[in-house]
Amino acid sequence: MAVDPLIELRDVNKHFGSLHVLRDINLTVGRGEVVVVIGPSGSGKSTLCRTVNRLEPVDSGTILLDGRPLPEEGKSLARLRAEVGMVFQSFNLFAHKSVLENVSLAQIKVRGRKKEQAEARSRELLERVGLAAHAGKYPAQLSGGQQQRVAIARALAMDPKALLFDEPTSALDPEMINEVLEVMRQLARDGMTMVVVTHEMGFARSAANRVVFMADGSIVEDRAPEEFFTAPESDRAKDFLSKILKH
Amino acid sequence: MDVLTENFSLYGRGLLGTVELTVYASLLALALGFVMASFRVAPVGSLRAFGTVWVAVLRNTPLTLLFFAVLLGLPRFGLVLPFQLFAVLALGCYTSAFICEAVRSGINTVPVGQGEAARSLGMTFGQTLGGVVLPQAFRSVIPPIGSTLIALAKNSAIAGSFSVTELLGTYKTLNELGYSIIWSFVWIAVGYLIVTLTISALFNVLEKRWGVAR
Repeated sequence: MAVDPLIELRDVNKHFGSLHVLRDINLTVGRGEVVVVIGPSGSGKSTLCRTVNRLEPVDSGTILLDGRPLPEEGKSLARLRAEVGMVFQSFNLFAHKSVLENVSLAQIKVRGRKKEQAEARSRELLERVGLAAHAGKYPAQLSGGQQQRVAIARALAMDPKALLFDEPTSALDPEMINEVLEVMRQLARDGMTMVVVTHEMGFARSAANRVVFMADGSIVEDRAPEEFFTAPESDRAKDFLSKILKH
Repeated sequence: MDVLTENFSLYGRGLLGTVELTVYASLLALALGFVMASFRVAPVGSLRAFGTVWVAVLRNTPLTLLFFAVLLGLPRFGLVLPFQLFAVLALGCYTSAFICEAVRSGINTVPVGQGEAARSLGMTFGQTLGGVVLPQAFRSVIPPIGSTLIALAKNSAIAGSFSVTELLGTYKTLNELGYSIIWSFVWIAVGYLIVTLTISALFNVLEKRWGVAR
């Protein structure tokens, strides 16, 4: 398995009120690995994703990034978050800023780059996601797929060690899903460490190194995608796959 | 009409006093209001508590009582300032509570995801608030802040009862000089209209320039 762990979760537990959303989660993501997290809704997969950069604090257990535990709050936590990019289901582009400013803002404020330097890097990244021509537009003027690609460029602009994707295609029209998945596949080929929460089984099959199946807050299976999809071990996974693969 | 022409300088001084009170107290209220709103959404519990107490105390104290507390109370602790400055303090602090709540409601109109995205990029609380949340909140708080500042302009009349030169206070002098009380007040009302309509116009411009474009 992972020889060089980048993200490690050890005995992580979390409650929302009386709801136990994460139960004794142990997960290691190696450098350069692509881990896809799937499972029924309410299984805790988004929460799991959000705990890695502490957008959701955990109740117990430890989370290590590059061997160091996540800081509690404040400046050191902010520094660490810059190392882990995040892409959201609802894009969350800054609505009052142009596409170029969206990608440049944190480079200037967090990385301390000069404006011209940051904008050059932003244009390079927008080129990479195929949106160089839209740099001057505002998020509301773009389609969902375009917005999500800008969001990926924005996350990449911080030169993160890993990227977290929280259902990146769930809010998209069907014909836009592929343009986003294609960018993600390219990132995976380039060796980016990725944790992807998704319902796109095709992506899981083709791009993932491992599939993590979650149900009721626990990790039920953690295996190579081909093994998981062809021969799931648990009844829970069999049931889940039978429901989604029949269509 | 004679009341105005024969006492132009008196009215002028009164109007100027009201304008000064309004401008200085507005600036103080805006500054304090934004700071208190930041406190109320801060991740630090003690700051949140401070902001909450600030608003609860100032918003629920009658303004006249607050004037008494500032003008009579502070000198007892050795703080003696010109009455106009005391009046600006009282008005500004009082109004800041309302500005704070308007700004906070504006912050609540900004989707949570905007702040989460900023934080996930490594921006600190201050950078997230100043660079992402407040600029978007600002657009929706222009109208309520305009109303609050208009209320401030009219509240400044209370300062007249504490020997600060302002517009409403001119009626006492005019009354002693034997002018018609009705016409004295008509021109005072016109003076207030000049101030409040100016504030309205200013905020209309701001709203056109910065208001939410959907």
